[in-house]
Amino acid sequence: MVKTWVTKQFLFSMFVTCMLFGSLGNVLAQDNSPTDDEVNAISKQLYCPVCESIPLDACGTQACIQWRDTIREKLSAGWSEEEIKQYFSNQYGVRVLAEPPIKGFNKLLWYLPPFSLLIGSLLVIRLLAKTRTNLNTLDSGISNIDNADRYVDRIENELKQWE
Amino acid sequence: MIVNLGYTALLLALICSLYSIVSARVYINTNRYQWVDSARNAVIAVWFLLTLACLSLVYLLTNEHFEIEYVASVSSRAMPWYLKATALWGGQAGSLLFWSWLMSTYTGVVMLRDWSKERDMQPYIITASMLTLAFFISLNAFVENPFNVLWIDSFGNITASVMRPNANLMFTPKDGAGLNPLLRHPGMIIHPPMLYLGFVGFIIPYSFAIGALAVGRTDSVWIRATRRWTLVAWLFLSLGLLLGGRWAYDVLGWGGYWGWDPVEIAALMPWLTGTAFLHSVIIQEKHGMFKRWNMILIILTYALVIFGTFLTRSGVLSSVHAFAQSSIGPLFFMFITITFTISLVLLFRGWETLGSSKTLTSWLSREGLFLLNNLLFMGILVACFWGVIYPLISEIITGQKVTVGPPFYERTTGPQFAALLFLMGIVPLVAWRITTVNRLGHLIWKPTIISLVVPIISMISGIMNFAALLSLWLASLVFCVTIYEFYRGAIARSKSSGNNFYVALWLLISRNRRRYGGYIVHLGVVFMAVGIIGVEMFQTETQGTLALGERMHLGEYSLVYRDLTEFSANDGRVVTRATLTVYKNNKAIGKLEPQRDYYKDSMQRMTIPDIYSTLEGDLYVLLIDWKPVGLQQATFKVYLNPLINWIWIGGFGFILGTLVATWPDKRDRDILTNNKSFAQPL
Repeated sequence: MVKTWVTKQFLFSMFVTCMLFGSLGNVLAQDNSPTDDEVNAISKQLYCPVCESIPLDACGTQACIQWRDTIREKLSAGWSEEEIKQYFSNQYGVRVLAEPPIKGFNKLLWYLPPFSLLIGSLLVIRLLAKTRTNLNTLDSGISNIDNADRYVDRIENELKQWE
Repeated sequence: MIVNLGYTALLLALICSLYSIVSARVYINTNRYQWVDSARNAVIAVWFLLTLACLSLVYLLTNEHFEIEYVASVSSRAMPWYLKATALWGGQAGSLLFWSWLMSTYTGVVMLRDWSKERDMQPYIITASMLTLAFFISLNAFVENPFNVLWIDSFGNITASVMRPNANLMFTPKDGAGLNPLLRHPGMIIHPPMLYLGFVGFIIPYSFAIGALAVGRTDSVWIRATRRWTLVAWLFLSLGLLLGGRWAYDVLGWGGYWGWDPVEIAALMPWLTGTAFLHSVIIQEKHGMFKRWNMILIILTYALVIFGTFLTRSGVLSSVHAFAQSSIGPLFFMFITITFTISLVLLFRGWETLGSSKTLTSWLSREGLFLLNNLLFMGILVACFWGVIYPLISEIITGQKVTVGPPFYERTTGPQFAALLFLMGIVPLVAWRITTVNRLGHLIWKPTIISLVVPIISMISGIMNFAALLSLWLASLVFCVTIYEFYRGAIARSKSSGNNFYVALWLLISRNRRRYGGYIVHLGVVFMAVGIIGVEMFQTETQGTLALGERMHLGEYSLVYRDLTEFSANDGRVVTRATLTVYKNNKAIGKLEPQRDYYKDSMQRMTIPDIYSTLEGDLYVLLIDWKPVGLQQATFKVYLNPLINWIWIGGFGFILGTLVATWPDKRDRDILTNNKSFAQPL
């Protein structure tokens, strides 16, 4: 009787232990398995060399599905986002990255637009510098111009121009 | 029979366009009016001939003449009639023909105007426009011929040509390959015509500019004469871009409307220079300044139109628009080089005469701020152009292939777009010639305080992103200033004339349609900016695999997967459609049915979203995958796109504003007819 009770207790304990460890295993497994959102967060920063201007997260081709699986595997293995991007870059070239890294010749890509804006601004400033001279030679002066700019007058003047 | 008719019409159109150029040249040499009249008639004849060619191709498409190479490549028996007809612009050869036809429509209508005041410019205008048209027609006639017939020899080799090769028989496939599934969408029926109308429309102001340069006219007649043409071209290009965005949103299945694809940027670039031009010409009309700059802008716009067409069709760059690639790239490149060089030579020849003795009075004047506006548009253009061509340059110089994706464009153009919004907010309050800082401060404080309500409410509701708050404030500022301008003007007019407010407002708008039409466009831009800020800064997404009856959440929405069905549609698709119930705050509000279409004829898949749409935003659901056995599980990707519909609403502001600005005005016409100088300052 006691033996049966002990056996039952043992089996119950084993069952509970298995359930606990099983659940824990599931929980641990879930923790290691990246979500689709985590995979997509990296996928959208990558472009497959075959597909045309479509980021990896939005591409439905078999090649891109495989790449997303690779990202999932790497995430499961504990790789960071940067390491995964670096892996694809090493494997397939920098063209897989949504933006070229700011180094070497690629600096030109990033620096030319602000530099050209700067040049344009300098040209405009040079043009506007002349205006100060003109302003000094204005007979009427700023206050008179301000008076002449009374709103109703201005509107009427502008409307009259079209008549 | 119809093939011969179409091809003959195409060849005759080419001959007539060349004749018009020769005839215009003879007029320049002899000064005998009948030659320029003859050239004008030839231009009109080109329209009739190209209309005949287009109608012939539409007939062949809708009547399933698969012995025609083009028909076999872009249509199939299963396609509905309207898609067969619109397949006219679904492939390279047909879209080129359609491009030429639209351009001939513009040039034909321009020829019907009264030329008595611009007779000297007319032959040059004809030459510039018809040279472009002749180039496009010749592409159709000799390289991308939409009337090529399929032939088969005794070995089973199939070739395509107009004339039957020796020992060949006509080959008629049982069915066509069908239109690219990406193009089988209502948006694609209207998007390409709008875009082409925008593109080719800029040929008119360009031709007038070339005419003015050629005869050495330094007045603003060419600008005044083409103001409406420019506005119409700009509107169509804007709508083309907007409809393209809507098409991408509905068809490409990535939850967005703009992906900074090279071909999208190719269409944006002439829009940027065209918009800068629209602002800049006002200064030339009012003060006779910036004549050289306006010439540069319109030449650039024209070059970018051709460059954009070249990018779309050459296959030189990777793009989702790669359906229209062919080997015509080098020809385009040659044409761009030649026309751009000729334009620059003419510009530098007239450089001195285009100078103006007038200079800016102050940077804080409408002219000064328009100049800054132009600087920003050019800054954005440089970033876009550089981003598009950089992969080529990198590959040529370093041998390294790179992708220039959205992050580059967003970082380089975002601040400049924000600065443009700021200018849009203050320019209406700034007078011509000069405004003092005090005066501007006095005018702007009220709308500024009201505009702060938006970022403050946004902060209270939990938005702490500085860039988002700043952008929302800028959009709000433009809105408040623009409405304030309408209100202030109407009140001032009401007091001075004794009319009630609404009559005064109506009269105010109707007496200066150009300005107030422009303000309405600005309001449209504000709505679009709100939509763009919503999507770009607050878009959220999630992806998950659900079993039947399971639920996924995003924001205040949740979705329960109910059903999955598969069926064959009568247009050749196999459709797999999921059904989900949508809940908002746990209350059922509707159902969504995202689907995947498989086109058997082209063996292509399409992911078609279903959208729960409100002014607050869209819940955008895609069916990504499903288990083939049992159909019990499916994977969905869900996007929450806040405020996105304001982008499309903003488009109506563009239409309304442009209509107001271009509405025929008797006074305007009188000024043009009397040929006054338009360089009168206030």
